[in-house]
Amino acid sequence: MPSLAGLFFWMNRKIENINKITVNKPLKLDCGKTIKDFPLAYETYGKLNENKDNAILVFHALTGDQFVAGTNPVTKKDGWWVTAVGPNKAIDTNKYFVICANVIGGCMGSLGPSDINKETNQPYGLDFPVITIKDIVRAQEPLLDHLGIKKLLCATGGSMGGMQLLQFCATFPEKTFSAIPIACSSSHSAQNIALNELARQAIMADPVWDNGKYFLKNTQPKNGLAVARMVGHISYLSEQGMQEKFGRKLQEKADYEFSFNADFQVESYLRHQGSSFVERFDANSVLYITRAMDYFDLTKQYKGGLVEAFKNQSTKFLVISFSSDWLYTTKENKDIVIALNASGADVSYSEIVTDKGHDSFLLNEPEFLKTLKGFIDSMYEKFKK
Amino acid sequence: MKQEFKVIANLLPDNTRVLDVGCGDGSLMNFLVKEKNIETRGLELDQNNVQECIYKGLTVIQGNAETELYQFPDQSFDYVVLSQTLQAFYKPDKVLNELLRIGKSVIVSIPNFGYWKVRTSLLLFGKMPITKTLPNTWFNTPNLHMCTIKDLYNYCEDQNINIKKVIGVNESNTSSIKRSNLEIKNLFSKLGIFLIG
Repeated sequence: MPSLAGLFFWMNRKIENINKITVNKPLKLDCGKTIKDFPLAYETYGKLNENKDNAILVFHALTGDQFVAGTNPVTKKDGWWVTAVGPNKAIDTNKYFVICANVIGGCMGSLGPSDINKETNQPYGLDFPVITIKDIVRAQEPLLDHLGIKKLLCATGGSMGGMQLLQFCATFPEKTFSAIPIACSSSHSAQNIALNELARQAIMADPVWDNGKYFLKNTQPKNGLAVARMVGHISYLSEQGMQEKFGRKLQEKADYEFSFNADFQVESYLRHQGSSFVERFDANSVLYITRAMDYFDLTKQYKGGLVEAFKNQSTKFLVISFSSDWLYTTKENKDIVIALNASGADVSYSEIVTDKGHDSFLLNEPEFLKTLKGFIDSMYEKFKK
Repeated sequence: MKQEFKVIANLLPDNTRVLDVGCGDGSLMNFLVKEKNIETRGLELDQNNVQECIYKGLTVIQGNAETELYQFPDQSFDYVVLSQTLQAFYKPDKVLNELLRIGKSVIVSIPNFGYWKVRTSLLLFGKMPITKTLPNTWFNTPNLHMCTIKDLYNYCEDQNINIKKVIGVNESNTSSIKRSNLEIKNLFSKLGIFLIG
């Protein structure tokens, strides 16, 4: 049998030295299939204190991973949330113990479509079961037991991370003292499903994709995956933000080239985002994770709708939205607040005014970071023993 | 804490649930939580004020009371408090109805346009009044629907809104207002605080 290690060129990344647990308990997925003895990769920052009351769980977004802060050991770039998490940051790792797990379906060490299917001794590809946000969340829960944490001080996440958080609060009602869903939604909108479909179709239209079997040729559908990433990036910015950042500025040239090269800075930016993404992310993972997002509808899971999902919550919520976010709008975030209010939960809400769009939660947005810090610190004062 | 908040706090029994509409930086809520074990929620428009509340560990929702009170269920609070903002709404009558829907009781305070200094400013000098409780000039005032204690008193009676208590405030002096002393109290109170519903 040929060695399958390092089969894909993108897997030349060194991901062997990352923290993992093996989840032995069988997990019955929403699709009906069961997974067991699967790897769940995670990273922690800071120290868990003696009382174990300073733990904060972060859920990552679609293309994120467990490397929240510091330097990502695989990509050698900054962790995806260094603006908010680290020593003396809004989520201060001198004070708090921050945990983040890689989602199943992903490609940074947790079970995903690029892993070897023990039944065939080949990577899963499209044989990987279709997963949901609920599956993703339930797969992460054993990590808290492993780390010896009975109740979290706080759980947070933006975008798909926020969706996981809402699911987490509904499925495990007493597991966290406070929760901060950021720029998310309780059910994926038609527009968001449409954008995800665009990303998937771009990947599937790439002939290299080959029904997800590109791994047999030790390659990956780079062109399709790059276009998928470009679609995403457009949706993370706002019209105004994009205009201010790029306008009609040309890319290192004085005039049009009268060609289809990247004349405009915005084109060059998107191409760069696309090409750097294919170095670190698996195309099939994008298919599986975007599908999980599309299937997400908390209102459907609970017969009484969202209000029922959040019934009997003692968790203290802070919902945050960004004024120029057109992917997960203020309106969608407010619907979460209304449902929480109607169910009698303790919920705060803040809309941060910014022109930076959905991406704002990843950026150095002072008002956002101040709000985050103020809430977490005040929650710690209430929660600590 | 300002005199008005002391009066409002005195009207609120311990261990109740209170919604503070236009809660500002949360100073009233903070007092109610700490001193009276009251469970509070705030609604506030200004982002800085919302942050202040969050720093204090208070529960606050950023939003506009004119358009966003619908999110609170019927009779979900024992008391709803609205401090000196009724006159700034486009439709104060609608807002008042919303407050009465959400709260079992409602406390509304208004700067009294019937206060004698306000009246003399207009009568003797022919100018829009500027006082401590009405500090803005005509062109930049947020107040759209000024009223007097007497106006609100009459309004409640006309609308069959139950008036439980009315208190007039002038600096540190407070006094109870009834139909029998309404004329005189309307002249000498800077502020009117209504407990209705």
